[in-house]
Amino acid sequence: MKFKQFLALGLVLALPMAAEAHRFWVLPAATVLSGDDPWVTVDAAVSNDIFYFNHYPLKAHYLSVVKPDGSEGEMLNLAEGKHRTTFDLNLTEQGTYKVLMSSSGLQASWEDENGERKRWPGRGEKPAPGDFEKQVPKKAKNLKVGYSSTKLESFITAGNPTDTVLALSNKGLEMQASAHPNDLFTGEPVNLTFLMDGKAVPGVEVVIIPDGVRYRNSQQEIKLTTDKNGKVSVEWPQAGRYWLEAEYEDDQAQAPATTRSGKYIATLEVLPL
Amino acid sequence: MSVCKQMMPLLLAGIGAPLAAAQLTVDVAIPEMDVAEYHRPYVAIWVQNIDSKAVTNGAVWYQIDADGEGEKWLKDMRLWWRRSGRSLDMPIDGVTGPTRKPGSYNVNLDHVTENLEPGQYQLYVEASREVGGRELLHIDFDWPLTKAQTLTAQGKTELGKLSVTFNP
Repeated sequence: MKFKQFLALGLVLALPMAAEAHRFWVLPAATVLSGDDPWVTVDAAVSNDIFYFNHYPLKAHYLSVVKPDGSEGEMLNLAEGKHRTTFDLNLTEQGTYKVLMSSSGLQASWEDENGERKRWPGRGEKPAPGDFEKQVPKKAKNLKVGYSSTKLESFITAGNPTDTVLALSNKGLEMQASAHPNDLFTGEPVNLTFLMDGKAVPGVEVVIIPDGVRYRNSQQEIKLTTDKNGKVSVEWPQAGRYWLEAEYEDDQAQAPATTRSGKYIATLEVLPL
Repeated sequence: MSVCKQMMPLLLAGIGAPLAAAQLTVDVAIPEMDVAEYHRPYVAIWVQNIDSKAVTNGAVWYQIDADGEGEKWLKDMRLWWRRSGRSLDMPIDGVTGPTRKPGSYNVNLDHVTENLEPGQYQLYVEASREVGGRELLHIDFDWPLTKAQTLTAQGKTELGKLSVTFNP
């Protein structure tokens, strides 16, 4: 547990820098499986070209697996390559599994008395509890304190889809779909509701990119913004895998933060009817 | 139960009927394939109530083996998997059976119609073949049957002629 929290904090440092320029994703080899004991291979990477491994592995220690009963699953045959992390899941239980990356934490920036820009936590720095109070001034010129969270999910189902792993944590930006995420089909529009700290919020910017960017001339991204009920409606233009990223920011933060921001990422597979 | 079933044809024969025909039978053809690597297709035959969406399975032919490895490909009959297969515990008595080689097969669906609620139905046949393709055929019908008839559909790739005979 301690170890996990420590890692989560570490991730906060790494993510905001990289997130400016790169996309995080997890790609299961299949999302709908049959049989009593199927296996599935999962890749995880950081790269701007969706579903092409060409930049950096998404390190396994950021990821966890949740089994249909809510307990933690095991990443088997784990390997980290130059461009991707890969592991297997043995789906010994029937139901829906989740691959998850989740992190959150405070960041601050300000100018000191010499007009020099300061950031906390510094790059590569792993803050310990109490560091914020010690290292960030209570008052400073242009002091900005933000609380940010990132959540990445991908779902895999053996047999009948189940809902345990879909439960919201009510922390950060999360997505709730009108259909089970492993039951998406062409010709069946789906409503996605985005919630910040458990409350549906308008103004969430959602980008959805279909697989296969390499073989076309544009991203063909679907850009949507949540309505007053926190909803967007998505019509899948074709069967295939999709990468979804949603971002939100407002000033409804808890002290000492003055802004809160959330990023939600999912890989979804849409099957042909 | 089976005694009662066996009695019926005898009784009918006794009163002069030529043969007791099943109320609903499916003739389905699995075509010969001129391919280097051939695997017998997985085939699912089921009926679905258009309003309630309730599915009753007629037959599911798949590779049944001791270690359950053949169940791995059941999801490739993707419509059947979604509508019924994924919530079933395989194998199912009276429904599941081994894969069939190319040829024509007559499937009696009395075990399906036994408990069918009145309504509008679709009969589906879905086939999926390893190193091959997938094909879905369907035929609409009303239950209970009002007249004897035979409806057909023609497969193009993984299935041949489908013929459904209704015998009220």
